[in-house]
Amino acid sequence: MAAIWSVLRAVPDPEIPVLSLVDLGVIRDVRLADGVVHVGIAPTYTGCPATLVIKSDVAAALTQAGFAARVHDVLSPPWTSAWITPEGCEKLRQYGIAPPEFPVDSVAALTGRLMAAACPRCGSRDTEVVSEFGSTPCKALHRCLVCLEPFDRFKCI
Amino acid sequence: MSAGTAGDVATSTHTYVVRLADTALVLAQRLSAWIGHAPAIEEDLGLANVSLDLLGQARLLYGYASELEGAGRTEDDYAYLREQCDFLNASMAELPNGDFGMTIARQCLMDAWRIELYERLTESTDPKLAAIAAKSLKEIRYHWRYSAAWLIRLGDGTAESHERVTTALATLWPYVYEWFAEDDIERELAAAGVAPSVAAVKEAFEARLNPVLTEATLGRPVDVTYRWFGKRAQHTEHLGRLLGDMQSLHRAHPGATW
Repeated sequence: MAAIWSVLRAVPDPEIPVLSLVDLGVIRDVRLADGVVHVGIAPTYTGCPATLVIKSDVAAALTQAGFAARVHDVLSPPWTSAWITPEGCEKLRQYGIAPPEFPVDSVAALTGRLMAAACPRCGSRDTEVVSEFGSTPCKALHRCLVCLEPFDRFKCI
Repeated sequence: MSAGTAGDVATSTHTYVVRLADTALVLAQRLSAWIGHAPAIEEDLGLANVSLDLLGQARLLYGYASELEGAGRTEDDYAYLREQCDFLNASMAELPNGDFGMTIARQCLMDAWRIELYERLTESTDPKLAAIAAKSLKEIRYHWRYSAAWLIRLGDGTAESHERVTTALATLWPYVYEWFAEDDIERELAAAGVAPSVAAVKEAFEARLNPVLTEATLGRPVDVTYRWFGKRAQHTEHLGRLLGDMQSLHRAHPGATW
């Protein structure tokens, strides 16, 4: 099992390669049955084109490491940005993407007490939303009002 | 497949899931036409992302419809090889995009409806439908934030933007009627716990939408009895053209892949 997980930890996200799929929190279930590794993957967004690539990358990495592998979807419970690991959040920040903080159904979000995103470069929270949507389904576009740099933020869902 | 009459719960569930899928797909197709045409690049991104999420939801729903039907139809068969008379989407989804105000007003109404519907579907006695609803709901909530914020901005904006969304709401409102005119299939599935009662969804829809209309300084349109029932395959003249556009490539080159 440890060998399987170390293979999985080395598979990067196809769109944000600084993040591994384990960091992203999409690997929900790993089981070994009759010599076959079964991996359950939670899609981040239903329409995300990376989902197919993620599935084939996982299967390919395990096959290359000598495992027989099968990949399946896990829909329930649905993936949330809160499943990104603390290490994953730190890697995002260093990469220039503000990590998610408040899921859309969290108390802070529901009561409207949302803090502005922290700029991944200078750390200021004096930032504004440029667009609720960004270059991939998982990101939104923000701008720092102190260092004036635009930055991506992981959408909080 | 019968579009409006109840039979057994399994058949009705299939019809119901196709309705949900068709509504998501047709709306996705409409929104995608904004790509490259939206008033600003942020809205181009926004509408494209909402469209992509809706397409993803449709794919999950078609996958489940295929499973329920057990006839080996694929997602593509459902999307590309059915005729207008087979589509069961809510009529509002197929209406032309109009101006940005019309698109935003439609999105706002449909997001408010779909949030309340999907919220209740997460408690469906059908576990697969409940799982698809829970997954989709996160996305729809995010869409609502976008569409409601824009409706407020346009309604409480300039005289022109106010005028345009007022016209849009008046045009769209008659198509809300269908959502809450419960038919045999919805009644049967509500009794079986597969789908929520239409009355409960209506009440929650009103509670969600009305404060936004107020904040947008928009009056609530007057309810009317209307005759379009896309969910029973009674479509406006607009759906045929949408499907012609959407299906032409697949019909010309069946099974083509990139």
